[in-house]
Amino acid sequence: MERDTLYQRQVIDRARTPAHAGSLDDATHVGEGTNPMCGDRVRVGLSMTGDRVTAIRHETRGCAICIASADMMAGLAGGRSALELDTLGRLFGEMLRTGEGAEQVGELEVFAPLHRHRSRIRCATLPWTALTEALVGAVDGTPDGSKDRRGVDASATRGDGRHG
Amino acid sequence: MDLSPAAMADPIDALRHLRADFPILNEKVHGKPLVFLDSAASAQKPVQVIDAMSRTMRTQYANVHRGLHWMSERTTDACEGVRDQVAGLIGAPSREEIVFTRNSTEAINLVAHSFGSLIRPGQAVVISEMEHHANLVPWQMLRDRAGIELRVAPITDAGELELDALERLLSDGKVALVAVTHMSNVLGTVTPARQIADMAHAAGARVLFDGSQMVVHRRVDVREIGADFYVFTGHKLYGPTGIGVLWGRRELLDAMPPFLGGGEMISTVRFEGATWATVPHKFEAGTPAIVETIGLGAAISYIESIGFDAIAAHEAALTDHALRRLAEVPGLRVIGAPADRGGVISFTMDDVHPHDIATLLDRNGIAIRAGHHCAEPLMRRLGVNATARASFGLYTTREEVDTLATTLEQIRSLFV
Repeated sequence: MERDTLYQRQVIDRARTPAHAGSLDDATHVGEGTNPMCGDRVRVGLSMTGDRVTAIRHETRGCAICIASADMMAGLAGGRSALELDTLGRLFGEMLRTGEGAEQVGELEVFAPLHRHRSRIRCATLPWTALTEALVGAVDGTPDGSKDRRGVDASATRGDGRHG
Repeated sequence: MDLSPAAMADPIDALRHLRADFPILNEKVHGKPLVFLDSAASAQKPVQVIDAMSRTMRTQYANVHRGLHWMSERTTDACEGVRDQVAGLIGAPSREEIVFTRNSTEAINLVAHSFGSLIRPGQAVVISEMEHHANLVPWQMLRDRAGIELRVAPITDAGELELDALERLLSDGKVALVAVTHMSNVLGTVTPARQIADMAHAAGARVLFDGSQMVVHRRVDVREIGADFYVFTGHKLYGPTGIGVLWGRRELLDAMPPFLGGGEMISTVRFEGATWATVPHKFEAGTPAIVETIGLGAAISYIESIGFDAIAAHEAALTDHALRRLAEVPGLRVIGAPADRGGVISFTMDDVHPHDIATLLDRNGIAIRAGHHCAEPLMRRLGVNATARASFGLYTTREEVDTLATTLEQIRSLFV
């Protein structure tokens, strides 16, 4: 069977045993992303000190790509500022579209093969949509506009199809 | 049809030679031979359809019903000939009862708009829990527009319509229309059309069947099943996109106001007002899908040259084989178990997400559908977010089903 580079052991293992799943009791910021095409949903809870994320958990109902992406995002978010996460999210979105720039996104590089599966890009960006919502207002000077500026959620794909 | 003893003994192999008619089946996907198991979404096209459409545009094309010239008259004849073919396909008593639409969705919207305008506030429309959004949303829109009630007939866990419950929904005599699928696009369930029609009529209601999946697999006779309206679409029937059919009883179509206004659907037009053409043209505003109509005609000729006996036998044997093979895949659960079913099989596999299943199958050249299949309320009723769905066409082989089953086993071993 052709397994495809997208489904590396790292992705499957992370989806099966996520390290950052669950709810955060003392969350100061929460956000949610849903994909109406398939019913997948990611909820993110954050604790922040100043503009830095001090704790993050996610509750994800979705495919392996979505769960692994959410968990890796949560792993990378701790200790970073809202602005840094905004930048990382945009670089991630750019990599998913083009397949390039993998060296700039840390372990999220495992999702680079997604650029060949346009209909699945949304699965990887859904956690970032939730994070963006949680961070609205936390990015200096971009209270509500931050959502539109992010590359990751603006051009959600429509590949799942609604026919048939 | 291959009448050799071997082919006769095996209804699946009996259609194997037809694969040569479908050029796309020679394509490779990710370096693997295409295994197309998504025909319920849209079927592939035989060369007979492709050539008929191409020939029309190359040699015999003009607008229809308007021109006084040779090309227009010939093209009009070709299109109107398809109306006769459609009437023959579904056993319609009259060619005038065949209305061409864009697809099933538009046909149902036409009925919801035009027949819907004759339904009074306080009356009701009944649908079922296993409707495609196409046979659900237009009725919700009518409900919100016209103050009618929308009632939903439940299904059993096996995926069959609960006829007792339907009876109760009909019992107050307020139901004007029962609109249900003739074959579910998710569960494959074939509904007992004649029984449903009899129940509806006894309660003073009319009945519409969404035949989008059904006409592909079995001979349909609208008189035999007692339908008042029947809709289907061309692209699932090996024809092109952009052409669908509404059949309605003449007296109903006559009583209904037009749907869209424009050219072709009028008798006379003055600035003060207009009068309508007779059916079916009253419902066919604007230049129709000329080339697609001719393509649909070629598809019907193709299907009828094979015959529904052979097509239905192929599908039944293949579905049996698939259900047997899929039952051998550990952790795989087929959704629904209707007694009378067609070649559409929805399933889940342990907690492997259907999108992961679909992507990994795709890497191996196998095309299936994954998601809610335009039937979100049904997914909720079944208690699943999404399913994977394999569906068969007349070109599907036993080996393709086997490839699906073995690849699913390999995918499962990745996750479990």
